[in-house]
Amino acid sequence: MKSQVTSILIPIIVPILLIIIWIFAAFKIGNQVILPPIDNVLNLLVNPTEQIISMGSLASNITVSLVRVLMGYLLAAFIGIPLGVIMGYYALVFRLMNTFLNVFRPIPPLAWVPLVMAWFGIASMATALGIETGNLYIYLNNLKFSMIFIIFIGGFYPILTSSIHGVASVNQTLIDSARVLGANEFQVFHKVLLPAAMPSIINGLRIGLGISWMCLVSAEMLPGSISGVGYLITHAYTLASTDIVIAGMISIGIVGMAMDKIFHYIENRRYAWQRLAR
Amino acid sequence: MTILSVNQVCKTFKTNNGGQIRAVDEVHLSIAENDFVCIVGPSGCGKSTLLRIAAGLEPASSGDIRFRGQEIKKPHPHIGMVFQEYSLFPWLPVIDNVASGPEFSGMKKMERIELAQHYLEVVGMSEFADAFPHELSGGMRQRVAIARAFANDPKILLMDEPFGSLDAHTRILLQKELLRIWETHRKTILFVTHSVDEAVYLADRVVIMSARPGKVKEILKIDMGRPRSRANPSYGELTDRILQQLEHEVIGFQN
Repeated sequence: MKSQVTSILIPIIVPILLIIIWIFAAFKIGNQVILPPIDNVLNLLVNPTEQIISMGSLASNITVSLVRVLMGYLLAAFIGIPLGVIMGYYALVFRLMNTFLNVFRPIPPLAWVPLVMAWFGIASMATALGIETGNLYIYLNNLKFSMIFIIFIGGFYPILTSSIHGVASVNQTLIDSARVLGANEFQVFHKVLLPAAMPSIINGLRIGLGISWMCLVSAEMLPGSISGVGYLITHAYTLASTDIVIAGMISIGIVGMAMDKIFHYIENRRYAWQRLAR
Repeated sequence: MTILSVNQVCKTFKTNNGGQIRAVDEVHLSIAENDFVCIVGPSGCGKSTLLRIAAGLEPASSGDIRFRGQEIKKPHPHIGMVFQEYSLFPWLPVIDNVASGPEFSGMKKMERIELAQHYLEVVGMSEFADAFPHELSGGMRQRVAIARAFANDPKILLMDEPFGSLDAHTRILLQKELLRIWETHRKTILFVTHSVDEAVYLADRVVIMSARPGKVKEILKIDMGRPRSRANPSYGELTDRILQQLEHEVIGFQN
C-alpha cells in the first residue's frame, strides 16, 4: 500500500512545485505577455477543440503536425532501415556509403532550411498529385515537401545508425549455429540476423521518432506554413498570446512523451529477451 | 570405417598489422565411425580452428577435411556442432530453438515440433519447452544446445568446449548425460576440451596437440570400460601422462 502511494506521489512532486512557482511568479510579474496566468493555459489545454483566434483549434493543429511527422518519419524508416541493414551486413556497402553519410550527419536539420526552400519552395503533396482545388487540396497542401524533408532528416540518422549497429553486432556464434544447422544465406539473414538486430532497430526507431517530432517546430516555421502546432507557437507570439505559446509547447511535450511511452511498451513486451539476456 | 579424415591441414591467419599467424600445422587425423575422440591442447593451439574447418565454417589454408571421402567446403547436413555459449537464439523459446534445424530444411511445423519434443525429452528438458534461453541456467542451456544439434540427426557431432563455461558440478553432470545420450543415439563425436579429466572420462581416443602452431603430438587410446571411475588407477595414470605432455608444451611455449 505504502509503496503504491509513494510510487505515484514521488513523480508528481516536482511538477506540483513548478505549478506553485508559476502561479506565484505570474502574479508577481503581472504581465500576460511574459508569463500568462496558469488558468489561461489550462483553459486552452482542457478545451483542445475550441478555435484559437483564426488559427484553428489546438487539436486540429496537433493532428496536422502528427500527420506531417508521420510522413517524414516513415520515409526515414523506409530508407534508413534497409540501408542500415545492408550496410551492417555487407562490408563493401558500408565502406561505400559510410564516409559520405557521415559528412551530412552533423548538419542540424534546421541548417537544411535554406536549401530545402530553394529545392521545394512551397510545393506539397497537392502539387505532386496534381490537385488544385477543393477540400482535398486544402488538406494535402498542408503537407509541404520542405517540412517533410526536415522531419525526414531528423529521424534518418538515429534509425540508420541503430540498424547498422544492430546487424553488425550480432553475435557470430548465432550465425555459425544457424549455418551449421543448415540455414542458407537467406535464412541466416531472415531468421537470425534480423531478429537479432531488432532490439537495436526498434531502439533507433524510438529515438528517431523523438528527433523527428522535435524537428517539427523548425519545419513549421518555414514559409508557406499555415497550420500545425509549431506554426501555432511561432504565430501566437506575434499576437502577444504567450498563453497559446505555452499551451502549444506543453502539447508538444505531452504528445512526444506519449509516443515514447508507446515505444517503450513495445520494446518491453516483445524484446524483453535482449535486456534480460545480457 | 573412417568417417572423417583430416588431411595435412594447415591454417594461417593474417593479423591486423600485416603479419601472419600459423594456427594449425599439418594436422593429420583419421576418425572412425561412432568413435568418441577428444582433442586437448594448450590455449591457442588451433583445436577450435580445426573444428571450425571440419564444420565448414572456415576453409583450410592447405590440406582438407573429408567426410566419407567428400571434401568439406561448407556446412554439411550430416555434421552438427555445439558451441560453448551464446548459441541459442534468444528470441525463440526452447522448443523452437530445438526445432530450428528441421525448420531450415523445410520440415512442416507439426512434425518438427514433435521431433523437438522428442529430443527435449532425451536431454531431460521437456518441462522447459516454452521457456526462453535467458530464463535457463548455463547447464540447461547447453542441454538445449545439444538437443538442437541432435534434432538435425547428424552423423558427426563437433563439440567445442561445450561444458567450458559451466561450474564443476554441472560439468560432471553433463558429462554423464552426454554419455547416456550417446548410448542410445550413437554418433561420431569430436570433442574439444581444455580439461584433461574430461577428455579421459569421455573419450575412446585422446588427441594431444602441441602449442601453436598446432600439430598432433600424440594420440592416446583410452581402454577403460564405461562408465569410468575416477578411482581406477589407470584413470590417474592416463591423466598424468597427458598432463605431462601438455606441461611440456605450455612451458616450451612460454619460453
